[in-house]
Amino acid sequence: MNIINIEHIAKVYQVGSEEVFALRDVSLRIDKNEYVAIMGPSGSGKSTLMNILGCLDTPTSGKYDFNNVSVSDMNDNQLAAIRNKEIGFVFQTFNLLARSDALHNVELPLIYAGISYSERRERAEQTLVEVGLKDRMHHKPNELSGGQRQRVAVARALVTKPSIILADEPTGNLDSKTGEEIMGLFTEIHDKGNTIILVTHEEYIAEHAARIIRLRDGLIEKDEKVLSRQFPKVKAAGI
Amino acid sequence: MRTLLFEIKESMLIALRAIRANKVRSSLTMLGIIIGITAVVVMSTAIKGIDNSFQSGISALGTDVLYIDKWQWFTNEDWWKIRARRNITMEDFEEFRELAKLPAAVAPVISSRQIVKYGDRRVESVWLNGSNSDYVKTTNFTFSLGRFYSEIESKSSRQVAVIGSEISKSLFPLGDALDKTIKIGGVNYLVVGVLAEQGSFILGPWNPDNQVFIPIGTVFKNFLGQSWNTITVNVRAQNPSLLEETKIEAEGVMRKIRGLTISEENDFSINQQEGLVDNYNSVVGVIQIAGLFITGLSLFVGAIGIMNIMFVSVKERTKEIGIRKAIGAKRRTILGQFLLESSTICLMGGLVGLLLAILASMMINQFIPTSVQYSAVVIAILVSLITGIVAGLAPAYTAAKMDPVEALRYE
Repeated sequence: MNIINIEHIAKVYQVGSEEVFALRDVSLRIDKNEYVAIMGPSGSGKSTLMNILGCLDTPTSGKYDFNNVSVSDMNDNQLAAIRNKEIGFVFQTFNLLARSDALHNVELPLIYAGISYSERRERAEQTLVEVGLKDRMHHKPNELSGGQRQRVAVARALVTKPSIILADEPTGNLDSKTGEEIMGLFTEIHDKGNTIILVTHEEYIAEHAARIIRLRDGLIEKDEKVLSRQFPKVKAAGI
Repeated sequence: MRTLLFEIKESMLIALRAIRANKVRSSLTMLGIIIGITAVVVMSTAIKGIDNSFQSGISALGTDVLYIDKWQWFTNEDWWKIRARRNITMEDFEEFRELAKLPAAVAPVISSRQIVKYGDRRVESVWLNGSNSDYVKTTNFTFSLGRFYSEIESKSSRQVAVIGSEISKSLFPLGDALDKTIKIGGVNYLVVGVLAEQGSFILGPWNPDNQVFIPIGTVFKNFLGQSWNTITVNVRAQNPSLLEETKIEAEGVMRKIRGLTISEENDFSINQQEGLVDNYNSVVGVIQIAGLFITGLSLFVGAIGIMNIMFVSVKERTKEIGIRKAIGAKRRTILGQFLLESSTICLMGGLVGLLLAILASMMINQFIPTSVQYSAVVIAILVSLITGIVAGLAPAYTAAKMDPVEALRYE
């Protein structure tokens, strides 16, 4: 069963009088419980693809079905609902609310989902425990290390039990050891049955995934299985 | 409905969190609204207070009284022409009293400014009214001590005086004025009565609280020559509905007394409170409008301050808006968040302003009477709330329609 099914999507930006193709013609299927890495040099269109996959943006043309529902012509509010319930984002720069503690950050998507106070508290706490931040729930982002911040972000992505986790360079702002820990966390999450899409430009990081999609100039250059998968050397949770 | 309430509640919490997180900026913004609301409320209560005391003061004078006078109170007519009129004399008054059938009471009045003393205490430039014993019937005076001077005292021009409450306070702080002998312009008078407070600072010298009343004959005897002074005749109608008829009769009687032919104009004026009220209303109306306009302007400036801050706040929190949108905040959620933030700031500012205004009114009340109206309280709260919503609308809309991709990219 595929979660993501895109057919011939293109994205065109108008720069002055010139049309710039960020994506020319991309077709792609991602099944449940896949672990996919999207790779490509800058300007290859991988950010645009990620934004479209994440329902942050809509394609100029083409079809995008998410869980067999067409999202290519949804309006802003419908897209917001999809992002809220079906997609968990993990960003390179963590993107946590600076003035809120870890618990509130993780709770936030549940607030927008309209879940009652007691239930969302419980779910947020539980998810923070899962990512190994039991003792850091009431710390604000600036009181946490980079790795811990990214764990909060992962918890925020997981808390709504989304269909896919979309991670954009999740180790880009971390040292290699911490990065390795985060990748271990992703492997764990994947093992629990989640679908993960990882955007990166580092070969080594991409090889944690089971499948790599390589983009170049707005087209899929290669879509291949990873033969020598990397498995994290560091135990992820509870550090 | 439930989800809407839920969203409002959550937006409220987010807004309060944002206000708390930016204490300095929020309170500076609030200051604009605080000043605006304080100014508007103080202004409106002061105006209302002045108005109330004018109304009560004017009713102490009696709404059904006519004042026949050489002078016209409010007129555009040539002053020289009025000055050339003949004086109204005591003989005119006596004749008027004989001929006019409708009035309930008629009294001649003449005034003079004198110094009033008791021991070391003195009040300068007191409005001294000379009249007869019927004078009190042309007013609504009430007494705190004693009585008005009697007909016998009046006719025999005794040295007796009735003093207003303010005069009594100045000369007799202990309130023991009755039967004391005071000096008016150097002559001894026995205090036979003290008026209860009639109450209106706005009438100034017209306020009976600041006046002294003695028999008219005594005034002529001690202060003014009868021959070259004009008197006023106070005429009280039997009831307010008969005022117009009483006025018509008075005009006819006066014309007859003065021997005017049909072609001649009146050489006297019949004044009434209505003129005073009209004049007051037109003056106070202008003050009211100007005052509320100016204070309203400060509220408006405060509102612009809020709008400005909210725009800055939206710009500054672009990234936050991007994050919120990425994890599923809808347009109306973001709109609601910023609207609630601005209206909460305004509402808090409004409440603080109201509190300050009430304190200020209490302080001002020491000098001029003010009264904080419930309606002013409600209006102040509503106005600050509406100000918040209106000032927050444009910035909140900007935030709501942000593109999440661009907002996330913003540093």
